[in-house]
Amino acid sequence: MSETRRNWLLSAPGLVLFGVLLFVPLVMTFILSLNSFDFYGGIKPDIGPGNYFAVLGDGYYYTIFGRTFAIALVTTVICVLIGVPVAWFMLKMTPFWRSIMVLVVIGPLLISVVVRTLGWAIILGNKGIVNDALIHLGLIERPIKMMFTSGGIVVALVHVMVPFMVLAVWAALQRADPAAERAAESLGAGTVTIFRRVVVPQALPGILSGSLIVFSMSASAFATPAIIGGRRAKVIATTVYDEFMGTLNWPLGAAIAMLLLVSVVVVMLAWNRLVERRVEKVIG
Amino acid sequence: MAFLELHGLTKRYGTITAVDSMTLNVEKNSFVSLLGPSGCGKTTTLQMVAGFETPTEGRILLNGRDLSAIPARERGLGIVFQSYALFMHMTVAENVAFGLEMRKVGKAERARRVAAALDLVHLSHLADRYPRAMSGGQRQRVALARALVIEPELLLLDEPLSNLDAKLREEMQLELRRIQREAGVTTLMVTHDQSEALAMSDRVVVMERGHLRQEDAPFEVYEQPGSLFVSNFLGKSNVYDARLIAADATGSRLVVAGREIAGPAGVTLPPGDVALVLRPERVEVVAPDAALIEGRVIERIFFGNQWLLRAGTPFGEMLISRRNSGRAEAAVGDRIGLGWEAHHIRVLPREEARA
Repeated sequence: MSETRRNWLLSAPGLVLFGVLLFVPLVMTFILSLNSFDFYGGIKPDIGPGNYFAVLGDGYYYTIFGRTFAIALVTTVICVLIGVPVAWFMLKMTPFWRSIMVLVVIGPLLISVVVRTLGWAIILGNKGIVNDALIHLGLIERPIKMMFTSGGIVVALVHVMVPFMVLAVWAALQRADPAAERAAESLGAGTVTIFRRVVVPQALPGILSGSLIVFSMSASAFATPAIIGGRRAKVIATTVYDEFMGTLNWPLGAAIAMLLLVSVVVVMLAWNRLVERRVEKVIG
Repeated sequence: MAFLELHGLTKRYGTITAVDSMTLNVEKNSFVSLLGPSGCGKTTTLQMVAGFETPTEGRILLNGRDLSAIPARERGLGIVFQSYALFMHMTVAENVAFGLEMRKVGKAERARRVAAALDLVHLSHLADRYPRAMSGGQRQRVALARALVIEPELLLLDEPLSNLDAKLREEMQLELRRIQREAGVTTLMVTHDQSEALAMSDRVVVMERGHLRQEDAPFEVYEQPGSLFVSNFLGKSNVYDARLIAADATGSRLVVAGREIAGPAGVTLPPGDVALVLRPERVEVVAPDAALIEGRVIERIFFGNQWLLRAGTPFGEMLISRRNSGRAEAAVGDRIGLGWEAHHIRVLPREEARA
């Protein structure tokens, strides 16, 4: 058997899995997005780009796309700001406290996103803990609107996404030479300078990969925006859901889903190319 | 008053004493090595001088200034780490400039001093490279330049050559010594490699299990080891149990394996059980009639510039090192006569065998 044939054969199980679980559904969704729909006849098996024109020609969808990517971007930035220091502190802890902190960081991942988000709904609601406390303290008279806003979605998404950022940054920092921080210290650098000039550059590969994960997951998140944002702060994923389950316009929903996929992939590739050029000569 | 003084320096971790009341004086511009096996406390001592570990007891004085209350970043010491600890995201020049930036040295002055430091370590042509694209020896030089550019009062070297291959290590020994002399900086080096310590230092400090065992010039430490540990750690030694029966200013008499032999003059130990130490390079292969003892060659190893013979003798096994003089050496199984001069024998107190 030739070398090439054996390699293909060995990777066959993976390819089958990949094909059945990803490629086939994706192609089917794409075909569906080309079909047309009317309220009385349902889905018609014709092929045409009508749905895409409908989405791209309607300002309503631009608002939703804009909101979705703004939420994903802000979530990513906040996750970086929280994740990098947390990962650094974790690295500095004694092994005992570090293992406890790893549990604390990963712990939320063990609980369903729906449960965690419902918790946020309780905290952020008009009669929630935050508003009640602020009113009783006399700081505000009427509750601040946090439910059904993009801000509320960002808060809940950050909670869901931070562990991914912490783990990615932690992995990067663990590969770095811990003596470099001591070297900087011996050369006269304070803690802030060490963090900015040594730790952050060392964490950069982790920040980049973590950002990719957090951004793409936030842009396509469904449960959190559905519960916190509801019908008022709609994102792409909830719009797709409404098209499928509410209006029953599957082809339009599929077209929006395809556009989400394409735009996320484009953003990720662009980001990757941007940073790769900057990083490759240093990180190799 | 010495330039760097350690006074009763002690470091305990729980019940473990890593460094036990270490007292040491280092003269200005000298090169001093802390030498010992792993776990002897040499690295902990260096960490305390650097300011990365807090002493449990004792004081560190640098140029009369007590370092205890001064944090590591204000001590102004140049440190070369075992892993070099270069900033991988900065070019060579940026690495070297880092310490000057922290000291708010102006741009023109900074460029001048970085150039001078890179010149000192012969790396001027690689100033714009990133460390990842450099060899181990080159990284070592960058680390050295980075530590020296801030003109430190004291240079600390933590196993600086242990990550280099054997040939490069020998080159760097000479190079490091040259740079240290040119920079004129007092240097404290930690190493477990006895040949490195002997070759580079003005003074060698031998440490064992947290204690300073001996401190002397390299030749003296090698020739006059104060204990069996020092003798065994520095170079090879043949060690035999012996009994000292007489000693005065002109010589001594020893009994080894039932034979009475002449020993060195000036032995101050009281008569009784002692250890007899004979360096392999001091044993001569001689004609049988001139021999002190006879031996049979068990093993013969060729090192290029020298031979090492292992022979069975009435004393026990003996190592003999012979300069390669271009002649074939005694072969395995040959009987050879062995001799030495009485003053090449070292008589040391017997030590309990250690696990």
